[in-house]
Amino acid sequence: MCLAVPGRVLDIEERDGTRMATVDFGGVVKEVCLEYLPDLQVGEYAIVHVGFALQRLDEESAKRTLELFAELGLLQEEFGDPWEPAAEADGTTPFAGEDFIPEVRK
Amino acid sequence: MKYIDEFQDPELARRLLDDIHATVTRPWALMEVCGGQTHSIIRHGIDQLLPEEVELIHGPGCPVCVTPLEVIDKALEIASRPEVIFCSFGDMLRVPGTGRDLFQVRGEGGDVRVVYSPLDALRIAQQNPDRDVVFFGIGFETTAPPNAMTVHQARRLGIPNFSMLVSHVRVPPAIEAIMASPSCRVQGFLAAGHVCSVMGVGEYPDLAERFRVPIVVTGFEPLDILEGVRRTVRQLERGEHTVDNAYARAVRPEGNPAAKAMLEDVFEITDRAWRGIGVIPDSGWRLSAKYRDYDAERRFSVDGIQTREPAECRSGEVLQGLLKPHECEAFGTLCTPRTPLGATMVSSEGACAAYYLYRRLDLTTPAGREVSPVV
Repeated sequence: MCLAVPGRVLDIEERDGTRMATVDFGGVVKEVCLEYLPDLQVGEYAIVHVGFALQRLDEESAKRTLELFAELGLLQEEFGDPWEPAAEADGTTPFAGEDFIPEVRK
Repeated sequence: MKYIDEFQDPELARRLLDDIHATVTRPWALMEVCGGQTHSIIRHGIDQLLPEEVELIHGPGCPVCVTPLEVIDKALEIASRPEVIFCSFGDMLRVPGTGRDLFQVRGEGGDVRVVYSPLDALRIAQQNPDRDVVFFGIGFETTAPPNAMTVHQARRLGIPNFSMLVSHVRVPPAIEAIMASPSCRVQGFLAAGHVCSVMGVGEYPDLAERFRVPIVVTGFEPLDILEGVRRTVRQLERGEHTVDNAYARAVRPEGNPAAKAMLEDVFEITDRAWRGIGVIPDSGWRLSAKYRDYDAERRFSVDGIQTREPAECRSGEVLQGLLKPHECEAFGTLCTPRTPLGATMVSSEGACAAYYLYRRLDLTTPAGREVSPVV
């Protein structure tokens, strides 16, 4: 949960009076709030934590970190379905028709 | 150096390690504060690559682990109510309260949902105006600003059926409590990088000066940790105790001013109990008077719930660096990720979980019990 993942801004829009972006985390795409980094632009990278961009990051560092996270399986941990490992640890089967659907698009 | 080929840049790792080996002349104990750093250290065997004089002590930097049992029990109580949709980050699902966890509440019919962002919980509240949506707001300074913004948005947009169970914690008072303890062995800190991305480094010079302890802001990638250790050991060998930023690509000295301003508006500093440790003065945040209507504890009248923590779980000592996970009698037997006594064994950032998951396959506890990893 404390993991913050670098992502690249794909597009920006205003929603409910809030600056929001679509951000690509090495293939996983999610909505991110830009209120704490309001001048972030399309194409730039930022460190994102629980759906909020918190600090700018240069492209090279961002790419290196993303590669490492992918290698270590941390992206799956951050964006994957958390019910499955919980069920596995509990020795039961995951709930059917779960509502947690990661927004993934390649 | 058996793990070094797995490093992202093995040559740079080797140079950093050589420098650390060449610098060290006597024993030093450093504490890494962040649970992400702990996992990185164990996963990459960094503790085994360092000179034997350099000991890494795992700190209290896992927000899930330090959330008090009674807060978990409050969450379970709220999540069990039929009118409630209870939203949480995924890593709280298996954290044990008294007798059960959120996963089991869900199995018993509670509407427990996992969200990626607190704003997802707010959206669920907008989509379900006839239900009460409660978000479990835990975490350090990295997570508190997103949660603060969500409460702010709920108020701004006039969403009455949203509230938050808030149990946020602050790192600097924890460092102070650790240093002030008579049993403290820590001589240098690797400060948590992403906490500083938000807060900057302004809270640390006073601590470094008062306790004469170097504090080096460190990232959590393996090379970041080696660099953090290198800079901390250099200071210690020279008798210095300054605040140094070894994670400048993600940490500006002033942090994120917009996030800090929102924290100040939505939250106020309060004493907070840390699981297994006890109350640390000024170490937490609660909703400020302006946002008190969004306090789930009040809304669901669970503020009276009090719970005593089980004595057999020694996670408090692990969180303070007084005990290594595998030195606990229950480690790997009574306490496993399937049957956790405490959150340190089940959280994705917990020190006990790190030892259980990544620690050497031949790990043997002091009592001589073989421990098999779950992977």
